[in-house]
Amino acid sequence: MVIVGGGGHGLATAYYLATRHGITDVAVVEKGAIGLGNVGRNTTFIRSNYFHPDNIRFYEFSLQLWENLERSLNFNAMVSQRGTLNLFHTEAQRDLFARRANQMRLLGVDAEALGRDAVKALVPLIDLDNGRYPVLGGFLQPRGGTVRHDAVAWGYARGASEAGVDIIEDCEVTGITRSGARVTGVETTRGSIGAETVCLAVAGHSSRLASMAGVTLPIETHVLQAFVTEAVKPVLDVVLTYGPSHFYVSQSDKGGLVYGGALDGYNTYGQRGTLPMAEELAACAVTLMPGLARLKVLRQWGGVMDMTMDGSPLITQTPVDGLILNGGWCYGGFKAIPAGGVTTAHLIAHGSSHPLAAHLGLGRFAAGRTVDERGVGPFPWTH
Amino acid sequence: MPGPARIGRGLLTDGDRPVGFRFDGRELTALAGDTLASALLANGRRLVGRSFKYHRPRGVVTAGPGEPCALVDVIGSAGREPNQLATTLVLREGLVAESQNRWPSLSVDALAINDLLSRFLPAGFYYKTFMSPGWAWERLYEPLIRRAAGLGRLVAPAVEHPAPAETVHDHADVLVVGAGVAGLAAAHRLGACGLKVLLADQDVTLGAGALLEARAIAWREQMAAALARLPTVRWLPSTTVLGAYGHGVFGALETLSPEAEARFGGLRERLRVIRAKRVILATGAPERLIAFPGNDVPGVMLAGAALGYLRRYGVAVGTRPALFVNNDEAYEALFALHGAGVRPAGVIDPRPQSLAMERARSLGVEVHAGAVVASVAGRRAVRGVSVANVGGGHRATLRADCLLMSGGHTPSTALAAQLGAPLKWQEAIAAFTADLAPAVGSVAGAARGVFGLAAAARDGDAAARAIATDLGRAVNSAIAIDLPADPAATPLAELWEVSAPGKAFVDLQNDVTTADVRLAYREGYEHLDHMKRYTTHGMATDQGRTGGLTGAAVLAKARGVPVSRVGALKPRPFAQPVPFAALAGGEVGEHFKPKRRLPLHDWHEAAGATFVRAGLWLRPLVYSGSSGWEPVLAEARAVRSAVGITDVSTLGKIDVQGPDAAKFLDFVYANTFSTLAVGRARYGLMLREDGLVFDDGTTARLAPEHFLVTTTTVNSVAVLEHLEFHLQTVCRELDVLVTDVGDHWAQFAVAGPRSREVLERVVTGVPLSNEAFPFMAAGAATIAGVAGRLFRISFSGELAYEVAVPARHALEVWSALIAAGKPLGIRPYGLDALNTLRIEKGHVTGAELNGNTTADDLGMGRMLKASGDHIGRSLARRAGLLAPDRLQLVGVRPVDATRRLRNGTQLVAASARSTSLGYVTSSTPSAELPGWVGLALVAGGRARIGERLLGVSPVHAETTDIEVVSPHHADAGNTRVRA
Amino acid sequence: MLRIPCPHCGERDETEFRYRGDAGKARPAGDADIAAFATYVYERDNPLGWHVEWWMHVAGCRKLLKLVRHTLSHEIHAVLAPDAEPPFPPREQGR
Repeated sequence: MVIVGGGGHGLATAYYLATRHGITDVAVVEKGAIGLGNVGRNTTFIRSNYFHPDNIRFYEFSLQLWENLERSLNFNAMVSQRGTLNLFHTEAQRDLFARRANQMRLLGVDAEALGRDAVKALVPLIDLDNGRYPVLGGFLQPRGGTVRHDAVAWGYARGASEAGVDIIEDCEVTGITRSGARVTGVETTRGSIGAETVCLAVAGHSSRLASMAGVTLPIETHVLQAFVTEAVKPVLDVVLTYGPSHFYVSQSDKGGLVYGGALDGYNTYGQRGTLPMAEELAACAVTLMPGLARLKVLRQWGGVMDMTMDGSPLITQTPVDGLILNGGWCYGGFKAIPAGGVTTAHLIAHGSSHPLAAHLGLGRFAAGRTVDERGVGPFPWTH
Repeated sequence: MPGPARIGRGLLTDGDRPVGFRFDGRELTALAGDTLASALLANGRRLVGRSFKYHRPRGVVTAGPGEPCALVDVIGSAGREPNQLATTLVLREGLVAESQNRWPSLSVDALAINDLLSRFLPAGFYYKTFMSPGWAWERLYEPLIRRAAGLGRLVAPAVEHPAPAETVHDHADVLVVGAGVAGLAAAHRLGACGLKVLLADQDVTLGAGALLEARAIAWREQMAAALARLPTVRWLPSTTVLGAYGHGVFGALETLSPEAEARFGGLRERLRVIRAKRVILATGAPERLIAFPGNDVPGVMLAGAALGYLRRYGVAVGTRPALFVNNDEAYEALFALHGAGVRPAGVIDPRPQSLAMERARSLGVEVHAGAVVASVAGRRAVRGVSVANVGGGHRATLRADCLLMSGGHTPSTALAAQLGAPLKWQEAIAAFTADLAPAVGSVAGAARGVFGLAAAARDGDAAARAIATDLGRAVNSAIAIDLPADPAATPLAELWEVSAPGKAFVDLQNDVTTADVRLAYREGYEHLDHMKRYTTHGMATDQGRTGGLTGAAVLAKARGVPVSRVGALKPRPFAQPVPFAALAGGEVGEHFKPKRRLPLHDWHEAAGATFVRAGLWLRPLVYSGSSGWEPVLAEARAVRSAVGITDVSTLGKIDVQGPDAAKFLDFVYANTFSTLAVGRARYGLMLREDGLVFDDGTTARLAPEHFLVTTTTVNSVAVLEHLEFHLQTVCRELDVLVTDVGDHWAQFAVAGPRSREVLERVVTGVPLSNEAFPFMAAGAATIAGVAGRLFRISFSGELAYEVAVPARHALEVWSALIAAGKPLGIRPYGLDALNTLRIEKGHVTGAELNGNTTADDLGMGRMLKASGDHIGRSLARRAGLLAPDRLQLVGVRPVDATRRLRNGTQLVAASARSTSLGYVTSSTPSAELPGWVGLALVAGGRARIGERLLGVSPVHAETTDIEVVSPHHADAGNTRVRA
Repeated sequence: MLRIPCPHCGERDETEFRYRGDAGKARPAGDADIAAFATYVYERDNPLGWHVEWWMHVAGCRKLLKLVRHTLSHEIHAVLAPDAEPPFPPREQGR
């Protein structure tokens, strides 16, 4: 079989196919070098704080896999469970977070409500009162945190490779071949490869690849930007999200603050940053933490996301037999890599959905069973 | 002359103005115009910092913004600012700076033991080491690594906002980036053609390259004077173009001089957003290092930097400099120092011979041709260099106190690459260059690989001529101000590294050595991007400006391919680190978002209201300063028992007019409006096309072709856009106009059993009896003498009216209503009481209209029209949206009336406590019933009315017995509104 | 950052506009079945290449514009009235 895409999900799928299902006749084809797409461009947060119970179970499964990843891969991915703190600034926000936290706790997942003093104690840099929207409190998932993103791709690649998977770099898929309703393989810049199963794990480019097999997806491609500052001695010990706008930030082990925001809001495949987003996020940073005012931002970049119509991912069979899709990750793909790999491998090996990913099929749209965490409807750029 | 190393007059320093400053506690003196780096060098300070990983002693390497090592903390009134570049930091009186990353002091650094451990700390060490035992990463190693993180320390007051920054918007025909000779020539040509030019340069002075060479100084002065006479050319000094964002948009950071900072009230920077029709990138070609053992010892610096310190500041970087270069251009530093009376220790050049070498020999300088530097003696300062033959083998030892290196010059291609320009390898200069598409602009001068001042100036002029022609200007070809011809030069010989024992650095700030690059390759990280990520090469604040290409070349050698095959790192914005404050501009703190105030804001404030931030609005929450429920319930009870008045002006109001207005509303609403009589209002439900509820509100028909739509406050913008979008697409053939009148009308609800009595005292022209003006009546009315509108609608569930008047009359009408109601016990009520009343009544708001509910979920399924198309009609019929186990709106009450409810509480069956059946959306202590009442969304909820569930809120450690009831807690028969 | 030449107001920053998605899809007739509406509401060609799309100039004339824009280079090929046909079949140019 062929897995298209040497990113986190493609490599993890290959790794779990080999190690959990004994399927090693697998080629991962990557158009460039492994790990340089979204797995190498994201802000590296891991967490399982979701509204929808099915999503909580799925991401919690992933979080538990992260917790044991280093042992299984024998590679230090620097999983750091420093906690994820979501601030709230209105009572409506508080109520939503409370509902989410309570739902998580029902399912045995960690979540805590914090008052203003506890927030301040956790992040002394926060100015609780001086901004346009004072901080009323926060919700903490203590087991949330960060992972060193490059190490994830490298660790899975090494593990998959050792288990017998072929990883072919600089090999771009240019076509997907079919015989009737069945997939028969892929055409690449380095020749054609026959396969009974082709799995697309190319989030950002899923539409483009699926269209090669004649499949249209409920996906638009949008850019999400990320930023990093110069390195300073530790000032921020949690992953922090700001309520009045899209702004999330953590400090890497090396000392730089890594942060990001919302989508640009229009279809694009351009992996680039914009000035308005740089200005908006800096305004968030300085408003929430005035002490950061003189800290300097080093770089901005972008990654292109598969944005689905309900904001939830797709781990699914497609109308073409043998063509499997792992995609639609919106901006939650990184934290889902282990679970995405396990459940996609399960789907490939068994021909049916893993129970934890059964809600992530393509059929949910026509059936009216969308999994819309934000309730914003079929406007992908608003998810 | 302050400073023992100041040997002459600098072109930028003012010998008459000494400036005192402090570095690591030592009082020192330098001159106005110095940078901190030149000031330190003038005072003979070589050691200025410690490196990131190995804590090795480091000195000044460059004279500009690409500096990898001379980073300091600056301590000011606003706290400690880390990672300031000493090489660009303009000295000011009283400046206090400290070196970084050293403890306890710069010359005795305890963590320098890292350097001795370095065999165990190679690149990528995190991934393979620190693994065992299993728990140790998080509990032991990670905290240790984090303590060692970063270079500088950020210490700032947590709440005090520093002086705001400023954002400026600039427009130009042409942006010229770089005021070197190419940029100057280009700007002059463009300005002479009458084009509007912005000339941005990171340096404090223009023509900095020309400044360095005696033969070009006259040209520079002429050019500067000529530019000053051109009215359409504007020079922006100390302005770095940070990034190219396409469509002619560029971001730039202007750093204010100490004088300007004082003049503008402490303003430090301006973010400039530049929009230009074309760009000329004349960004030059920074010098690059050579990777040889000891290339990081303080005193080893780029040759061009030494030249800069001499010419700009009159500072000799050493008394006995050695030169290790592979190109003729770099000899200028040696010649200049020699000319200033400094005796060089010698020249080491891998080339067998060159013109510059001959000139050095003719000055009596010892020249080692075909040679390289194999090692550097000294740890905290250069004491000497060991010279080897290119092929290996010791040749000589030179006593020297500094070593000036140059591995060639690498054109700055970052902005061009951001604009999509492909990179091309240029063998002659051993570097990549890029060209722009003509519609975007062009690259000129050294940035395009055209070295030599005269050649670069002519290249800049040619680029400008092409653009001027393209923009429709008449251009002649005569060059007004020309430079003397460039001297002949021998081409460079590629030299990236010297293979000899010892650490040879390619990234001086992140401590990446040639051995690290080779290790990355051996570990399988052979793509340049992988090597970069594995070693962190090029990821420091200098973004690999001095050694980026050198590292790529070392990787290429390991792979056995040419450098051109390995490629270059993708240069992302920002060209220079930018403080958060500068990017944020003025929209921070209280000004983070605009504030929308009600027309009666001042009245509410005077009445003692506590305000709540609802989106951009400030709305009265309760007319009391105390936070308990009592004042809220008092307001709500006034409404239930007598009369209250509340300001609902934040509701969206959209005027819909035209022959097809009714038809349009029938399409955008899920229920019918064409049957609505003039003078009546109707509750309407809008769906999204996916069949879920989008918004609700009351819409009145004021005339046959005139409707007034109201929306929820939060969706007012989205609904307007939704209507406009459909009118311009699917409903294009309809003759309808929609107008946002939200801000034109102030609107007040007067609610309570005595509301009619209040209205009767102020309303004229409309009889208010139940028969004449029944529930859901609407129409024009005169209120307190003001022409307005009256609606008999109710959100509270009581007999109620909403009064709308033009916003400018808000105060007089509100005051008249209050006065009229005073004998009846009227009191204003805020958002909290409004919420209490609507929860009791079972009316929904955003907590229930959460984007995941259908009309049926909310108990309004019967409202959907049976026939006729409308938005959302088809997809509302999907099986998943009709499932009986969907979450449906119900009421909830605690079984024990002394217990409270809490929003976000999950509802479960006592027999299955981990399965959520739904959750509480809204709750309040009741003004009418004992205890709390709430609304909830519960799976198959309507069928569960009468059942008991458990309300669990684990985050509050609360469990409450809950009874599921009708959502209509108060007046379920809906009689009051019709009274 | 995009600079969008609004035919009514002139060239303006993208921040003045709101994106409204793919303009290449027509709403099915009101009596069309669920599958037709699901395709209309949910499926997108999402090309890497030329894309015909809606933008509303919300901070300007509030007119809806139909843009032909490249999703990689961001080049804007045409800005049209809502009912205008794009000047070339974008599908042939894209992908």
